[in-house]
Amino acid sequence: MSLFEVKNITVAFGGVKALNDVSFGVDKGEIFTIIGPNGAGKSTLFNVISRIYEPSKGEIYFENQNISKTKPHNISKLGIARTFQNLELFENATVLQNLLLGRHIYKKTNILSEVFFTPSARKQEHEYRLKVEEVIDFLDLQHYRDTLINGLPYGVRKNVELARALCTDPKLLLLDEPSSGLTNEETIDLGFWIKDIQSLLGITIIMIEHDMSFVNKVSDRILALNYGKILASGLPEEIKNNADVKQAYMGE
Amino acid sequence: MRFIFKTKYSQDINIAKHNGDRFWYSLLILIMVALPLVLNDFYLGEISYICILSIAGIGLMILSGYTGLASLGHAAFLGVGAYTHAFLLTNGIPFYASIPIVIVVSFLVGAAIGIPILRLTGMYLAIATLALGFIAEHVFIKWEHFTGGNRGLPVPQPEFLGMSFYDSVFFYYVCLVFLIAAMFAAINILRSPTGRAFVAIRDSEIAAQSLGVNLGLYKALSFAISGAFTGLAGALLAHYIGYLAPDIFNIFLSLTLLLLIVVGGMGSLHGTVFGAIFVGFLPQLIAICRDYLPSSIGSQPGLEPMLFGLILVFFILYEPLGIYGRWMKIKLFFELFPTYKRQTFKKQKVFTKSDRV
Repeated sequence: MSLFEVKNITVAFGGVKALNDVSFGVDKGEIFTIIGPNGAGKSTLFNVISRIYEPSKGEIYFENQNISKTKPHNISKLGIARTFQNLELFENATVLQNLLLGRHIYKKTNILSEVFFTPSARKQEHEYRLKVEEVIDFLDLQHYRDTLINGLPYGVRKNVELARALCTDPKLLLLDEPSSGLTNEETIDLGFWIKDIQSLLGITIIMIEHDMSFVNKVSDRILALNYGKILASGLPEEIKNNADVKQAYMGE
Repeated sequence: MRFIFKTKYSQDINIAKHNGDRFWYSLLILIMVALPLVLNDFYLGEISYICILSIAGIGLMILSGYTGLASLGHAAFLGVGAYTHAFLLTNGIPFYASIPIVIVVSFLVGAAIGIPILRLTGMYLAIATLALGFIAEHVFIKWEHFTGGNRGLPVPQPEFLGMSFYDSVFFYYVCLVFLIAAMFAAINILRSPTGRAFVAIRDSEIAAQSLGVNLGLYKALSFAISGAFTGLAGALLAHYIGYLAPDIFNIFLSLTLLLLIVVGGMGSLHGTVFGAIFVGFLPQLIAICRDYLPSSIGSQPGLEPMLFGLILVFFILYEPLGIYGRWMKIKLFFELFPTYKRQTFKKQKVFTKSDRV
């Protein structure tokens, strides 16, 4: 049984079907990449998974649990974290505060203990910080702890967003175009990190990506979408040589 | 320039980041405590009023400055606090019991209003809170049993700790203690997960949600906490005014609070105090200026609101971070002298925000 399964998902915006009867499964420990031309429905799929969009039909299963009706803010509690295509960081806060927010789902204090900042609140802050520091070390963010997001270059911001998702201790990580806007070196680094996240942290990854050489290097399996329908799915080699995929990307 | 060598995580959690902080804030508190020795009753009264305004400012700052939700009707909460307090005192509840009840009542009123109203965003939220201000004023007029209606409601000035509220020195100390307590409470909330969740909602609702922040709950909580602080300020204001009438809690008072946080500096607690000092002394300043202006201008009745509006506009245009932002710039100028660059505080290029999430 797969860790994560999408069953017959259809999303319709009026007459436009952004996703049409899409089904696939992702196994534990896999790096699963979704590719497709612009408007293929990739980001829509992510937004359905994080419950921002309501699917018109179909179900999503995570660890054999139907999450199609789960509230959006409870998704991360189940162990699904995500990043966004165009960064969604808290810009007027420091890197540290951004990462600490990644621990929000583990909050045990109530408002009264926070007003008086009781020892338990202080202890919780310490616990949060320990995990955050692990992630900071993992992604080499030591220099930026106290910097406001406003003042950071784009590549670092991308990194911070990935770090913030990791701080939630996810089982499944959704990465929406992690390499867009990065330099070649940064993309190479990212490739190593993603491999490390898979092998060292044991996190399953679903990724939307356009950079095909990057995709072929890191992915275990690839799913190709076009106009909301599945074109092909399989190993990187198979996708590369698939006639439908070639046609969707390059025409006849 | 100060360099802080960090060896413990507590250093990032503590309120005072280094000994300099401890020294200057202790000195400030000492000076505030010693003020009655040098100032007369009039100025003590003014400073008490500034303390009250600061507490109300903290309330609005948490809502607007930290959670990013506008409120144009915050005088309503001042009114709720003031009337509840006066009503309780009139019915023989002692001061020390009345204040906690006021805080709880304003918290609950904030939550009750916040839950439906916060489904709106941006401009519509501003309009709804504006309406809230008018509705509250009307309720204060009509609910005569509780508020005395247009006849007004005298505020009893009970004995507390053997002292009377008529004594301006005593009242000043009461206000000061409550301001310091409110400040600590606000700082504690803001350095806890709840405060961070507020900032998250302000900067990106969608990301906050994906990190497990329940948007509806935290927005309502922000409104309730904001209401609680403002209600406390209202209770003290009741003592300061001495006689409550519904038209005290009008739109102009709400706008004064808004001016306070904008001038002080959005998103900083220092800003609430700076803003309160500014707003508290402004009417006096205008009164003094009237004497020097030609009578055709100086005797115009609308001078005050017009100046308030002008100042608001100029701050939003030229110093969006308010007095506190200006203070940060001056501080940095001296810390980095002579290498300070104006660009340090220039807003960085904003990368495209996604509209399709």
